[in-house]
Amino acid sequence: MVTTADIYPILPELVLAIMAMALLMYGVFRGDKSVGSVSWLAVLSLLTVGIIMSFLPESMQSAFAGQFVVDQFARFMKWLVILGSAIAVLMSMNYNEREGITRFEFPVLILFAALGMLLMISANDLISLYVGLELQSLALYVIAAFRRDSTKSSEAGLKYFVLGALSSGMLLYGASMIYGFAGTTRFDTLATLFTGPNADPGVGVVVGLVFLLAGLAFKVSAVPFHMWTPDVYEGAPTPVTAFFAVAPKIAAIALLVRTMVGPFGELFEQWQQIVILISILSMLLGALAAIWQQNLKRLLAYSSIGHVGYALVGLAAGSKEGITGIGVYMAIYLAMNVGTFCCVLSMRRQGLMAEGIDDLAGLARNHPMMAAAMAVFMFSMAGIPPLAGFFGKLYVFLAAVNEGLYTLAIIGVLTSVVGAYYYLRIVKIMYFDEPADAFDKTAGREVGVIMTFAGLFTLLFFVLPSPIVNAATQAAAVLFAGG
Amino acid sequence: MYDFPILSLTTFLPLVGALAILLIRGDADSVARNARATALWTSLATFIVSIFLWIGFDNSTADFQFVEKVAWVPSFGLNYHMGVDGISLFFVLLSTFLTPLCILSSWEAISHRVKEYMIAFLVLETLMVGMFCALDFVLFYVFFEAVLIPMFLIIGVWGGGRRVYAAFKFFLYTLTGSVLMLIAILVIYFEAETTDIPTLLKAALDPRMQLWLWLAFFASFAVKVPMWPVHTWLPDAHVEAPTAGSVILAGVLLKMGAYGFLRFSVPMLPFATEYFTPLIYTLSIIAIIYTSLVALAQEDMKKLIAYSSIAHMGFVTIGIFTLTHQGMQGAVVQMISHGFVSGALFLCVGVIYDRIHTRDIDRYGGLVERMPKYAVVFMVFMLASVGLPGTSGFVGEFLVLVGAFKVNTWVAALATSGIILGAAYMLYLYRRVVFGKLEKEDLKSIMDLNPREIAIFTPLIIVTIWMGVWPAPFLEVIDASISNLIEQHKVALNALQSVSVAGK
Repeated sequence: MVTTADIYPILPELVLAIMAMALLMYGVFRGDKSVGSVSWLAVLSLLTVGIIMSFLPESMQSAFAGQFVVDQFARFMKWLVILGSAIAVLMSMNYNEREGITRFEFPVLILFAALGMLLMISANDLISLYVGLELQSLALYVIAAFRRDSTKSSEAGLKYFVLGALSSGMLLYGASMIYGFAGTTRFDTLATLFTGPNADPGVGVVVGLVFLLAGLAFKVSAVPFHMWTPDVYEGAPTPVTAFFAVAPKIAAIALLVRTMVGPFGELFEQWQQIVILISILSMLLGALAAIWQQNLKRLLAYSSIGHVGYALVGLAAGSKEGITGIGVYMAIYLAMNVGTFCCVLSMRRQGLMAEGIDDLAGLARNHPMMAAAMAVFMFSMAGIPPLAGFFGKLYVFLAAVNEGLYTLAIIGVLTSVVGAYYYLRIVKIMYFDEPADAFDKTAGREVGVIMTFAGLFTLLFFVLPSPIVNAATQAAAVLFAGG
Repeated sequence: MYDFPILSLTTFLPLVGALAILLIRGDADSVARNARATALWTSLATFIVSIFLWIGFDNSTADFQFVEKVAWVPSFGLNYHMGVDGISLFFVLLSTFLTPLCILSSWEAISHRVKEYMIAFLVLETLMVGMFCALDFVLFYVFFEAVLIPMFLIIGVWGGGRRVYAAFKFFLYTLTGSVLMLIAILVIYFEAETTDIPTLLKAALDPRMQLWLWLAFFASFAVKVPMWPVHTWLPDAHVEAPTAGSVILAGVLLKMGAYGFLRFSVPMLPFATEYFTPLIYTLSIIAIIYTSLVALAQEDMKKLIAYSSIAHMGFVTIGIFTLTHQGMQGAVVQMISHGFVSGALFLCVGVIYDRIHTRDIDRYGGLVERMPKYAVVFMVFMLASVGLPGTSGFVGEFLVLVGAFKVNTWVAALATSGIILGAAYMLYLYRRVVFGKLEKEDLKSIMDLNPREIAIFTPLIIVTIWMGVWPAPFLEVIDASISNLIEQHKVALNALQSVSVAGK
């Protein structure tokens, strides 16, 4: 029996689903001429959804017998996903036009992916989790291969699909084991099962948990489930890569956090070891493998693997501070990545995209403002204060040190020094090397505006960090409210 | 004391100048001209503001003065907390004093990307001053690390042939040390539940924990000082950096490490400081003797002065860890003096490098015949570097040696040998460059100092001799803070001992 009490919490998702379908119909009837209006309407509907979500009354937090929750944590993460998706749509408009792949399906697919992500973040049950995840993934497989006449893009889509299906299989297998041994898929019930003096999760549940974790690690592209990332990042059209780098990753991290801290919070000792291991491996691989890359998008793929490793440090701490750290890190990560990809989008010579790191040579003299923005993003990703990236790292390491995870923290900071090398290399190429030819000035106004905002946010975050830190603190607090 | 936030003004005035330069538009020549002028006037204004710090400074107290405190990240208890005491005041002044001279010295030497260069220097000044004023640990770390960004660009963009290598080495060496300090700061945050430096100075941390924290701090500060064996980035960075970059590097950035020891390691970690003092002595003495010998064998003038800097900083670290009044006061004086003198020596090298474009000692000789004024200036700073009585170098070295002698005769004796070696390599350098026959063709038409260069050197000569002849105004300011530091160190140590006795 569906009641109005169930409708309100999922109102944002309902609106988004209806908008996406309506835009699809509109696109079908108007054809590819409509792509501009569809894109703007997509952005508009995303923002509307965010606003509706923010004004939902506090009392209406869960629907469908607790399978779906909209708490502070969900709201915080959903805003990041919404912003990431909206920005991806904006970034793609000019690019798709110039590359000759203007199709109205693109913004619609992003809307469906965003819908899936919002469901994921709110999922409070293994089944609703899976439904959200699959909706997201299917939309993502298609847009990875969106440039269908390019072999690279098709390859990226196929690779993503095959490996993604495998990981979904693992996740589903883990979920079924958990259901089999615990007898429920509900997060709340699972949590109570493991609480108390006589609680014994049993081997079956733990094995199921490991599979679940592996499936989720694939989605956040943590080592050793990262293999798809560089190829997909390189092959997919650049705005799609930008989208992949932010929204799905933030959603998957949110899902991972909710799943681990919520129902399996009492099994902390079991999953902590795994999270520590994948965190260390991700940081190491992210730092080392990126050193040899010549393609900027590939380099950013490894960089994002490293960033996931740092975010997982917060999860490994398993504390309120740790989750706060993840929230702050994700917000900053969004700004840095979006900004960086705007720079990548602006790299175009004689109508062709340039993606090599060497193509940035002497950027500081041809395009001083763009070089300055890029330098800000690079120093920020390297974690040099006073830029935003430093504060992201500060909060997760703060949590790790608080929980006594000194080894993890020390490995973390040392890999960040190794990582600093390749970020510095980009700065070096932009500032120290002799200039190559200038880029075309046709990246579009949207890209310039986004780059400016992302740059200012990253540069000036330190002046007033409180709003985001406070929001993340509140978001983290709800996950620990019960325990 | 003043009613308005004078420390923030000193700190952020250069940043305002940098923003103004950013907005300059026009053709290349006028941009360069306006950028130079704006940078010079901004840095001069900053210096004048900072003079008021000294005038308003109360010598009688060891407390932090001109304190400003605003909540920054309330949920983590971080504050924007600024203030100076007798130890940090002169480093602030040193930074604001050297920056206009650096800008003036780059007037003609820097001809491309002038706008960016001036912005980098002004940002650097803000970060240096902020670092010495910061009274919150995280705030300190932000300034401390952020210095790397403008310095990396200054070395990398305007440096010499191997600038890329030098810039990377500088950045990564320093970053490695710093991140370990960050972990230590986080540990302290959870041990003491605050990052407020005045509070932490009184906090008693667990002795075993202190050892690890001390080592983490050491990793950061030893690289910055730099101490042997992590000094190898310094000669590279100095040689490749533009003249003004070397001046700031030697004049201020090296002091950041020693300042860290003085501000954090000694008062916050008294037990570990006692424990590791022999290590510091050993490394410092190796640094003094070894780098002096290396300096003797150098063919490149900048490299020679770079190595002499390492030796001089060895005196500073010995002085700090003698934990005596004279030693620590001497260390502070030595740092200030070294800031003037090594900065001036790099400027001296810069003067002839601008004319002949080489730093090989062999390419010079007999300069006194064409450049008498230059020979005098160079001589003053050469002798100050050697530590001749009547120059600032003497006061610092003498006080450090007195302090060392009180604690450990061997340390004093070995350190003194460094002074002899110092005299040897400096006099040898001077003889080869300034004296001898004027034989090289291109040197026969070399011009003496121009008015701009005289304007750069005059203030430096004045302070060097002033500090040497009448150091009292300087010592008075430092005095109370040093006494307080030593007193607190003793109290903390006694408290620890009584706890451990009670524990048995």
